[in-house]
Amino acid sequence: MEQIVLSIIRKYGSDANRLMDMLIDLQEQFGYISRQAVALLAHNLGLSQVDVEQTITFYHFLSTKPRGKYAIYLNNSAVAYMFGRQAIKEAFEKEVGIAFGQVTDDGLIGLFDTACIGMNDQEPAAIINNKVFTRLTPYRVKEIVRHMRQGLSLDELVNESYGDGKNQHPQLKAMVSSNIRRKGMILSDLYSMGKVTKEILPGMSPEAVIAEIKHSHIRGRGGAGFPTGFKWEFCRRAKGAKHYVVCNADEGEPGTFKDRVILTEKPELVFEGMAIAGYAIGGDEGILYLRYEYRYMKNYLESVLQHMRDEKLLGSNIAGIEGFNFDIRIQFGAGAYVCGEESALLESLEGKRGEPRDKPPFPVEKGYLGQPTIINNVETFATAVRIIENGGEWFTQFGTEDSTGTKILSISGDCMFPGVYEVNWGFNVEDMLDMVGAYDVQAVQVGGPSGTLIGPAEFHRTLGYSDLSTGGSMIIFGKQRNLLKDVVLNFMEFFIDESCGSCSTCRNMPQVMRNKLLKILKGKGVTSDLADLQNWGKVLHASRCGLGQTAANPIVSSLKNFRHLYEDLLQKDVEFDQGFDLETSVQGSCKYVGRIPKFHNH
Amino acid sequence: MSKPVIATTSLAGCFGCHMSILDIDERILQLIELVEFNKSPVDDIKTFTKPVDIGIIEGGCCNSENVEVLRSFRKNCKILISLGECAIMGGLPALRNGIPVEECLHEAYIGGPTVQLNKEHILPNDDELPMLLDRVYPCHEVVKIDYFLPGCPPRADLIWDALVALITGDPMKLPYEVVKFD
Repeated sequence: MEQIVLSIIRKYGSDANRLMDMLIDLQEQFGYISRQAVALLAHNLGLSQVDVEQTITFYHFLSTKPRGKYAIYLNNSAVAYMFGRQAIKEAFEKEVGIAFGQVTDDGLIGLFDTACIGMNDQEPAAIINNKVFTRLTPYRVKEIVRHMRQGLSLDELVNESYGDGKNQHPQLKAMVSSNIRRKGMILSDLYSMGKVTKEILPGMSPEAVIAEIKHSHIRGRGGAGFPTGFKWEFCRRAKGAKHYVVCNADEGEPGTFKDRVILTEKPELVFEGMAIAGYAIGGDEGILYLRYEYRYMKNYLESVLQHMRDEKLLGSNIAGIEGFNFDIRIQFGAGAYVCGEESALLESLEGKRGEPRDKPPFPVEKGYLGQPTIINNVETFATAVRIIENGGEWFTQFGTEDSTGTKILSISGDCMFPGVYEVNWGFNVEDMLDMVGAYDVQAVQVGGPSGTLIGPAEFHRTLGYSDLSTGGSMIIFGKQRNLLKDVVLNFMEFFIDESCGSCSTCRNMPQVMRNKLLKILKGKGVTSDLADLQNWGKVLHASRCGLGQTAANPIVSSLKNFRHLYEDLLQKDVEFDQGFDLETSVQGSCKYVGRIPKFHNH
Repeated sequence: MSKPVIATTSLAGCFGCHMSILDIDERILQLIELVEFNKSPVDDIKTFTKPVDIGIIEGGCCNSENVEVLRSFRKNCKILISLGECAIMGGLPALRNGIPVEECLHEAYIGGPTVQLNKEHILPNDDELPMLLDRVYPCHEVVKIDYFLPGCPPRADLIWDALVALITGDPMKLPYEVVKFD
């Protein structure tokens, strides 16, 4: 064991910044990270044991206790529940004989919940030892558990056909489907790897590349919408020993899965975009920060990178341009939504807890290892290649004036054809619903839980940075859904689980608001509760990062657009009720001391 | 007009807030001119004898008796004020809130390192004793509270200003340094 830990430490050059890689390797090898391993890591990396432990305990997929030879992580997103997650959960518990959160006594199987794994268009889905199992049914659960007990290998557990497109690639062999339903400039088959780098880039200076990106008016595709050209320009101008290009593939927003599809079908496009960005800002190192849920793509993406190195699209003096050196490595996360926030992502890249940094300084000035860094979304890099290929002017003909180009939407929920759709910005919600075959729609969640819940009265609104801004997540809810119980409550639980805990606002207020929502759902609500929810939500604006600032959105936006759902649950003619019940609250202590509760005075 | 009537009580608190009431020093004579005290440790009246205008609550609710007293205050007082950290947030007693009540009882009467005399592991279960709640509740989670005066304890001037403002109807002075939590 000691030898293995030491060899893993050596594998990453005894560099404390690579702690995440070491921990992930240990977790995969042993199923947990032992105290002894923690001590060895700390000793050899010049860290305290607490430093190592706090990184471990921050991430969902790292553990100080054994998680089982087969660790089953069942997605608990709202859409998973809509498609039968409860039955799958019960089937697992019945077959394995333990509750979720536990490991069998023989250490064979562990059952765990996990937040959205980016498979909303093929739920219910689970990750078992880094392989994704989609479209689970109780029958499949029985079969999988039986096979595990028979000692079958993980590959043998996958007895279904592989998904579509590149999911069948020999290095991927995934059950996942890409479900591309509509192609535009990014998902287009017209892309040919290396054409831009070899034919166009040699004729352009880095400044010219940035000018072209600026001219296109493209804004960040991750959701925040910062103008990409300016970001690159700021970074190029910033002084530093080294400049870094980071691709944010953390894709944690529930309901988003388009980055998974882009990286499956067009990884070369993304990597080429990163190299072009490296050329533009004067950086020679790129890092793809990939969420752990997509670990199944590791070998495939590494084979793509190797292929690009072989084709001289990565490496030294790329495309014959003297001094254009660029290479990319993949850094995995380990399960933390907040790491999609760029400064939290940087902390994670440096082997630490993914807690957002104070800003300024912004990453373009002081990013990875304190050096100027650009962090862009997968889709942004992919789009950049098409902009350089065709020119910024060409790009502006797509979309609207303030939202140029196309957007890849991840559409899931109650519709005929969930999947990935690339549309021009400016598309309206009504057309989108018609496009995907969604009927009797009650509501659409635009932009995931941190976005907005809208009803039919707003379906005329358009997708764009000035109206309905979205990183791409669109979840459709039919008339049969209970929005407050099945959707809003699920989203609040998500934020509570995923808060890094740094700001007291985000650590506490979502819990308080969730409790109030539960009280209303129990029929104990009164009118003033609605005003409380509305006002308390504002407190969250004081949080440091986007997670905290938007953590009240599920309640605030449903209260705005579906107020009647709340009002229908309120008590009539009752002015005050906190839902406190004396009888229930003394039950536990009375039982423990052995007395029968007696009440008087009321 | 008859003098406004005031009642006070300390629930799961340390009486520190009541000490702070006494800290208004000689102004208490002025206060007596302005108001009449009913049920309160200040005058030792045990039960409400008339309708009360302002009820001042120190401490949160950790047992059934606290809840009953608080409810009787709500019933008998027109205005209720949560005075101090414990009434507003649960305060120090609420440190047990993350721990199941069974574990707390076990630690206090059976397992704790200082529990030596209780060899028979007797747990307090006499019917005369108040029943422990599953956690400590701030007052506003049990009854409606009209005003909150923060502090641990709230300083005497804050209490004085609040009472004067309530009685005279003038707006209350709340300088920044008064509204603090430690």
